[in-house]
Amino acid sequence: MRPVYAVSGGVSKFAKARPDKTFQAIIKEAYDYAVTDLGLDFATFTRLVDGSVASYFSDHFARQLMAGIMAHDYLGLCPKPSHRVEGGGATGGICLQEAWKAIASGTMDICLAYGFETMSHVETWKGNEFIALASDISWDYPVGGFYSGYYAMMVTRHMKEFGTTVEQMASVSVKNHMNAYYNPYAQKRNRYTIADVRAAPMVAWPMTRLDICVMSDGAAATILASEEGLKRLEKAGAKVARPLVRMTGLGRGTDAMRLSDRPHLDYETFLRDYATEQEKASNETKAYYKKLWDHGTRYPGVHSFRAGRTAGNMAYKHAGVHDPLKEIDFVELHDAYTSSEIQTYEDMGLCRYGEGGPFAASGKAFMPGIDYGLKLPEKPECPVNPSGGLIACGHPVGATGLMQAVFAIWQLQSTIGKHFGDPTLQVKDAKRGAIHSHAGTGTYVSVSILEREG
Amino acid sequence: MTKLPEHRDETLGGYIVHGVPFPVETDPDALAFLKRMAPLQIEYPYQVTYLHSYGQDSPWFAGAANKHLLATQDPQSGYTYGTPRGHDMFSGAETRWIDITDRPAKVHAFTVCHFGSEEFLPETPFVLALIEFEDVNTLFLTRLMGVDPLAATLDWIGMPVAPRFLRNSKLKPTDVYFIPAKC
Repeated sequence: MRPVYAVSGGVSKFAKARPDKTFQAIIKEAYDYAVTDLGLDFATFTRLVDGSVASYFSDHFARQLMAGIMAHDYLGLCPKPSHRVEGGGATGGICLQEAWKAIASGTMDICLAYGFETMSHVETWKGNEFIALASDISWDYPVGGFYSGYYAMMVTRHMKEFGTTVEQMASVSVKNHMNAYYNPYAQKRNRYTIADVRAAPMVAWPMTRLDICVMSDGAAATILASEEGLKRLEKAGAKVARPLVRMTGLGRGTDAMRLSDRPHLDYETFLRDYATEQEKASNETKAYYKKLWDHGTRYPGVHSFRAGRTAGNMAYKHAGVHDPLKEIDFVELHDAYTSSEIQTYEDMGLCRYGEGGPFAASGKAFMPGIDYGLKLPEKPECPVNPSGGLIACGHPVGATGLMQAVFAIWQLQSTIGKHFGDPTLQVKDAKRGAIHSHAGTGTYVSVSILEREG
Repeated sequence: MTKLPEHRDETLGGYIVHGVPFPVETDPDALAFLKRMAPLQIEYPYQVTYLHSYGQDSPWFAGAANKHLLATQDPQSGYTYGTPRGHDMFSGAETRWIDITDRPAKVHAFTVCHFGSEEFLPETPFVLALIEFEDVNTLFLTRLMGVDPLAATLDWIGMPVAPRFLRNSKLKPTDVYFIPAKC
């Protein structure tokens, strides 16, 4: 496989509704930004790029089949090759990885990965219905199809088994909204307290409206290149940021669509097939897990995402990461719910299973230098969702995973200040970042590692 | 003091408009002004009737219509699915039907939906629950009745429950629901 570099990215403004433009023109906003940031003009880059991969989740929202080719066409990319990927909320992350494959395999030297969703075309509760169609329509949807409800069931189990609290969940909301205060691309830029989060309207007990991301219209685009592609871009006048940002680790995992079908595995199977390298090496951690199992914990049940653990372990192995908390400088993860951010800390090995709640409130996942109005017992160690994540940036599904990629590229290029007009969210000396894209009730998950060279 | 709502609930819908503002003359200045025009949005109703087949899962719905709760089981390993699967996920073998109507059952996880998808909004607040059964390896998603949705507590997890069936089957998984079991 050839090295793959993430050279540029662009994000449209995420908003509740963007009736001012069609989806093609919203995508072009993100595309134009990425191209301009390379120092190229539309015509030059369009001539150089070898093809594209399109990311969007639902044909229902746009009420348009084959929207991908319409965007590819609008960007002037015909007759170059393109295809659409779809994998629920993980569509953007999968799209990025498909573009990586195109470069790594030698099929392309320069590939555009773009994504969008226009969710404002229907009312919120109809939108929830569309999203709930991503659950088994024979068995799950008719019982009361509602994704917030599905995630709330997972977290009641997490609370019961591990003692996770609603205040720990609320601390995730406070963190991500506060981070987004400094991100001009974010949809919600507000300062909240834990009391505000708990006082917000209850949506699915115990989760309130401020525990849950919002629907959005928006688009994002990234440009990947091989070494040969870099030469072509620079020969045409592109100013590719140095040091380069390289995609060094990719992982994906899956799980059963129906929450009810998830297995409840024994300790030995968990340890053999799912424990991280670090967990396997620690007798203390093995004893900790044995105690959990002795008290009835089974894996993954409905409290954990083995798809996320599988994707993380695969990506870490690919990138040579042994201790994610220490060796990754920041994570942009799929926080559709405060609870799922806590679950994902555990899946990605930032802490052990069962310790996500205390980890959330510890301060380790917060940005340094920002006043969150919280008493945090520990210093920031690995900021999670420094952009504000889905909860505050918004979640135009097909764009979300690519938005994470763009923000990760900017972090590793040390250009957050330039793009945000404010350096507050720049992770100091960021060398390695992880992005995590997640679908359904944990049915598809992708984890990608990006690193600054040199 | 109760926090009063600050926003009116909004819905789509309105008047039909005849005549859309547009320059009388299409001179260059008027055409350039079109770039400053607000977008036009139209409503587009979309209704579809699907013919949905339950396929190999059909006997479960026939069972619920006759007040029997069925599950499926791998004939070799005995691995049992609370929500039926036609084939076992480990062996690939075709599963067999078993009757679990009288199996001891309890709440594995739950939530109270105060909002929901459009179809279910009129039913809020309702309790969604995943049910675990004795000697059954997987769970079953259902509605939990007989508990106060406004008094949710984690203590509901582990609570023994029993199935109840609609008298008039709708041939949906909601033909069965669960209530706290009588001790």
